Amino acid sequence: MAETVVRAVGLEKRYGLRTVLRDVSFELEPAGALVVTGPNGAGKSTLLRLIGGLAAPSRGSLEVRTERRKVGFLGHEPLVYRELTALENLDLYGRLYRVLERRERIGMLLERFGLWEARHQRISSYSRGMTQRLALCRALLHEPDLVVLDEPHSSLDDEGLTLLDTELGSLAAAGKTLVVATHDPARVASLATARIDLGRA
Amino acid sequence: MSITRPSLSALAALAVALAAASVLLTFFIAPEDADQGLSQKIFYVHVPIALTAYACFGLGAWKALRLLLTRGERYDLESYTGIHQGTIFGALTLVTGSIWAKASWGVWWTWSSNQLVLFLVLFLFYCAYFMLRFSIEPGPQRERISAVYALFGVALIPVSFFAIRLASDFIHPTVFTREGPQMTGSMFAAFCASWAAITLLAYVMYRTELAGKRTDVNLRELREALAR
Amino acid sequence: MTAYLGDVAALARKDLRLELRARDTLPAMALFVVATLVVFHFALPGGASEDAAYGLLWVALVFTALLGLGRAWAPESEAGALDGLVLATSDRSAIWLGKALATLAFLVAAEVVALPAFALFFAPLDGPALLGVLLASVGICAVGSLVSAMAAAARGREVLLPLLFLPLAIPLVVGGVGSSISPEPGAYLAFLGLYDAVFAILSWAAFEYVVTE
Repeated sequence: MAETVVRAVGLEKRYGLRTVLRDVSFELEPAGALVVTGPNGAGKSTLLRLIGGLAAPSRGSLEVRTERRKVGFLGHEPLVYRELTALENLDLYGRLYRVLERRERIGMLLERFGLWEARHQRISSYSRGMTQRLALCRALLHEPDLVVLDEPHSSLDDEGLTLLDTELGSLAAAGKTLVVATHDPARVASLATARIDLGRA
Repeated sequence: MSITRPSLSALAALAVALAAASVLLTFFIAPEDADQGLSQKIFYVHVPIALTAYACFGLGAWKALRLLLTRGERYDLESYTGIHQGTIFGALTLVTGSIWAKASWGVWWTWSSNQLVLFLVLFLFYCAYFMLRFSIEPGPQRERISAVYALFGVALIPVSFFAIRLASDFIHPTVFTREGPQMTGSMFAAFCASWAAITLLAYVMYRTELAGKRTDVNLRELREALAR
Repeated sequence: MTAYLGDVAALARKDLRLELRARDTLPAMALFVVATLVVFHFALPGGASEDAAYGLLWVALVFTALLGLGRAWAPESEAGALDGLVLATSDRSAIWLGKALATLAFLVAAEVVALPAFALFFAPLDGPALLGVLLASVGICAVGSLVSAMAAAARGREVLLPLLFLPLAIPLVVGGVGSSISPEPGAYLAFLGLYDAVFAILSWAAFEYVVTE
């Protein structure tokens, strides 16, 4: 059997005395998709930050076999510079991630997510939906093997939602491993190979 | 606690005994200073306190380094307690130094005492440590940032020392001379007794405060566990 | 190594570009330092020594730097970009170095305004004095960028930053004033170099721990 991409055993995350995650365990196979559900404040974002490498667990073990810079992360915030243009943002990240054929890849992503026309506009002039699409471009820019998405459908309009669903399908078909936190599990039900619900106490 | 570690109460008793011995030595055995008279006796308290403060800051920085390198949970509280003790002893250094200045030279403060000025700068620095620590939400980030700041502190100590030495060139050199005492045997004995007493006292205070803080944390964790 | 420097350059360029667009920090710093110098003229009693004026120059520079440092990490805080950089960079110290270099550029630009103004209002500045300003500026930006990142993680960061920065800036002020007024500035310049070396290396090594968990 192929090695698991992500293995969590008894994960716990505390901030001071506040315990956000308690005894979370799961395994994620390569090319699998983990769907994380739960009410607000249940710790979905915290779990995704742990998997994405932005935080370390307080207790328990978390193994992520993908190297850090092959992980794509979409958080609650878009992680961009508002006063730079879409092109400039992606160019910066492209350099940092050492993306090969950076210009072409950026152009392709912007076009795929319908942002090509707005590429020279600053993010401060973008709508929330456009910003979310740009954040997706940023998350996928470096062709990550593990894609961690925190409520990717939020703020998107119908067109954006369609684009996103298409993209998720493509990623799954290409054998990428996915972790998706969502309020709308039905949307990603067809992709899911594993589920975690953080709602239970 | 392992069996080989002496109990805290035993150490405290020893500290008291040493303190009594050092008082005896200081006032009854060590000779009175020709220039400064009785007020020079403050030296036996002031210098050990200053040295102890440095030691505490060093301990805090060492624990901070351990925290950053090993991520061990215990080091955060240990580093914090070390810095806290260091700040207390630093404040005492300033106070005893000020008393000594008043007794010797008639002023409560002088910029020509390099040691005093250094402690003032360090005191400001370490007070800011607490402001920093309590402005950040508890958690790993707070631990790491506190640890980095503690490490900057020990780097600042020698750098500030040199700076103040250099600064004394253009801050008006004053008539106050700073004597480095040539110590006779009995003076040395008194000094060592005092130093030992104060160091031991600092250690006892450190262990006590640390135990108190840990108990605090355990208590709150228990409360939280029961509430679930 | 070249990849690392490439990262640093890209990050510093980003900050310069942002400032060129917003044009708020740099003009504020330049205006602030000149205004401060004018205040000092009125604050100094008549007949005050020239040496006192040099002291005040350094006060002005330190507080102008604080103004810039307070805003240094603002673009990263806005939309969580700091997390993005932490994820994307192979060596997080590049984030610090890029930021420190950009902040240095802004500080030097403010000094290009401040120093002639000072020479005009108060007293001349010779070679060692200018070198002292440059060396101290490096130290200010190295330490300041790190400490500013710490403050950015905290509540009340505008108040916290001066508290964290000023004790660390004291040796720089000593070195800077000394290089301006001492007949033998060599020792002071060497000291500034020492400070820069020690604290730049410390900041470079420690930054990773400040921005990651």
